[in-house]
Amino acid sequence: MGKVGIVSYGAFIPIHRIKVDDIAKTWGRDGETIKKGLGVYEKSVPSLDEDTATISVEAARYALARARINPKEIGAIYVGSESHPYAVKPTGTIVGEAIGATPSLMVADYEFACKAGTAAIQSCMALIETGMIKYGLAIGADTAQAAPGDALEYTAAAGGAAFIIGKDGVIAEINGTYSFTTDTPDFWRREGRKYPAHGGRFTGSPAYFRHIINATKCLMEKMGTKPEDYDYAVFHQPNGKFPRAVAKMLGFKEEQIKQGLLCPFIGNTYSGSSLLGLAAVLDVAKPGERILLTSYGSGAGSDSFDITVTDAIESFPREKAPTVSQLINRKNYIDYAIYAKYRDILYWE
Amino acid sequence: MREVAIIGVGLTKFGELWDKSFRQLITEAGTKAILDAGIKGSEIDALYVGSMSPGRFVGQEHVGALVADSSGLSVMHIPATRIESACASGGMALRHAYIAVAAGIHDIVIVGGVEKMTDVVGSEATNILAMAADQEWEAFFGVTFPALYAMIARRHMYEYGTTREQLAMVAVKNHENALLNPNAQFHRKITVEDVINSPPVATPLNLLDCSPISDGAAALVLCPLEKAKEYTDKIVKIIGSGQATDSLALHGREDICTFMSTVKASREAYKQAGIQPKDVDVAEVHDCFTIAEILAIEDLGFVKKGEGGKAVEEGLTARDGEIPVNPSGGLKAKGHPVGATGVAQVAEIVLQLRGEAGKRQIPDARIGLAHNIGGSGASCTVHILEAV
Repeated sequence: MGKVGIVSYGAFIPIHRIKVDDIAKTWGRDGETIKKGLGVYEKSVPSLDEDTATISVEAARYALARARINPKEIGAIYVGSESHPYAVKPTGTIVGEAIGATPSLMVADYEFACKAGTAAIQSCMALIETGMIKYGLAIGADTAQAAPGDALEYTAAAGGAAFIIGKDGVIAEINGTYSFTTDTPDFWRREGRKYPAHGGRFTGSPAYFRHIINATKCLMEKMGTKPEDYDYAVFHQPNGKFPRAVAKMLGFKEEQIKQGLLCPFIGNTYSGSSLLGLAAVLDVAKPGERILLTSYGSGAGSDSFDITVTDAIESFPREKAPTVSQLINRKNYIDYAIYAKYRDILYWE
Repeated sequence: MREVAIIGVGLTKFGELWDKSFRQLITEAGTKAILDAGIKGSEIDALYVGSMSPGRFVGQEHVGALVADSSGLSVMHIPATRIESACASGGMALRHAYIAVAAGIHDIVIVGGVEKMTDVVGSEATNILAMAADQEWEAFFGVTFPALYAMIARRHMYEYGTTREQLAMVAVKNHENALLNPNAQFHRKITVEDVINSPPVATPLNLLDCSPISDGAAALVLCPLEKAKEYTDKIVKIIGSGQATDSLALHGREDICTFMSTVKASREAYKQAGIQPKDVDVAEVHDCFTIAEILAIEDLGFVKKGEGGKAVEEGLTARDGEIPVNPSGGLKAKGHPVGATGVAQVAEIVLQLRGEAGKRQIPDARIGLAHNIGGSGASCTVHILEAV
């Protein structure tokens, strides 16, 4: 047994899509300007019967389909989300029951805006390193909320990814991780409120950029690496512009981020965002390739990971579950009226 | 009455200054003004500070004492007074400092203007600013400042044929000027099409017709003219100061396309200065919205009523025009931290008259004018400055 790492992974994106043009039209805005401004063309929309629990279960089942492990060997499940269906009662227990991992199991739900899923990976790593568990299941999933007409509505999407962490049969070793955290209130949702509030441009330089840049730089310093040492880089994707900008600022090239940059086609899946990007990279990665992953969660913090793909990926049955690319292309367009119904915006008594 | 000189100016950068607090901003501007004047803090006799709504923006009232305290002047126990007159708070603070020096009550006076607006979300800032309208007759019914100025713009277009493009040209010119002002909030060239295609706010005004929400501060040091020579060779004196008032609500006016407060305050200032509008070499006017600059240049007498739009289109107010208006970038592009604006306008005129305005310097500027409006024209101050 070697280093702790990713044993398997699975992704899930709801089938429905709404075009940015349709949202813009509803609010009397120019779709072209918004698409250009955000670098996003369409976003995924959860159906009425989809939520963070169902997305987490789908992604976890796909991860298990590829893993060839007994679900009973999973000793911990941590689900990171900012749209847990219950305020009190965990999502993780639903997932645990659905995949047959109960009852000898540690479970807790995580919340750290869009980075709770990567925090879940770190917790699983620690439990495995200490020998407390054999496998851990870390999930980042969301059905992101946006107030009708708010700028967030163009990007707030749904999706998630699940990662089985362990030391046995590792397809990608996690060489190191580093977190950069401060109290920076750039985006929040108070208890009992339906929609989040945000600080507009304050979510940019003092929030997203400061945290991602520092986490990534400190990780690279710790690992003794440079941007060119990585074959792929994945950054949190609140829109299509920020990850490109932060990559450039850190010295990464477009070719390194292209495979994991999904936001233009599915929107911002919040806790699922950077993890779906990582899943998309693992869909194509070859042995020896190195991946940099940096998440971002408002409030605020970033978790950065240095990952190396192992030879085990050659025999890993990726085909037993859909690739991220297949999930993105499996789509059904809906208009704003259907969107309003699915997102429970309509009001009746 | 004594003649009064401005011997020091201090400005912070304007913009979304998330890492600077209210007191840091005003202290920075004040310190710069004191250093510029070459005075000692112990020489200051009194302090005036203009600020519109620190109570709502940052939860702080009693800012006269706060500013004295944070700048180290409270140990001298000098009088410190906060002046509020909505967006004209800065110009009004200067006017009252000027009166105190001219009257011989104080000798060396420091005047500040400050607003810290980005600690609240945009919608809250709009509500706070709307407190400068008539709460009972305007704001209560949902009217905000963009809406009030939009009504003025529509009427102006109807009465005088002012075009959408002419409104946009005000923003284009001021953004162009701001490119040369290192303290400006925006360094971004825009086109008439950009303005016309920007998101609508209140028809006909779009986002790029509106001044931004900003943080910033400005400060000036005043002293009697006869004392100014002790501190500087580049003396700028105040040769005219006017203040006027109009009905708080727009519906109380005979003509919403004329700000009588501007007309009255400017005529008072021109009379005191003994000059005509055509004698002004450079002006900073209150362009909180593009239509406001058109109104200002008409009401100040630079052009006839109704010809403001045409004047902008023909380049009369460009940096190389007959009367350069808002070489700093104006409220539109330099930024509009409301309490700071009136003081910052005068600071720009002082720099222009000293020949220290850098790349945006208007050649041979001798006489400059600063025009500061509160609300939708209910308050106005006009100051005319001359290089000695």
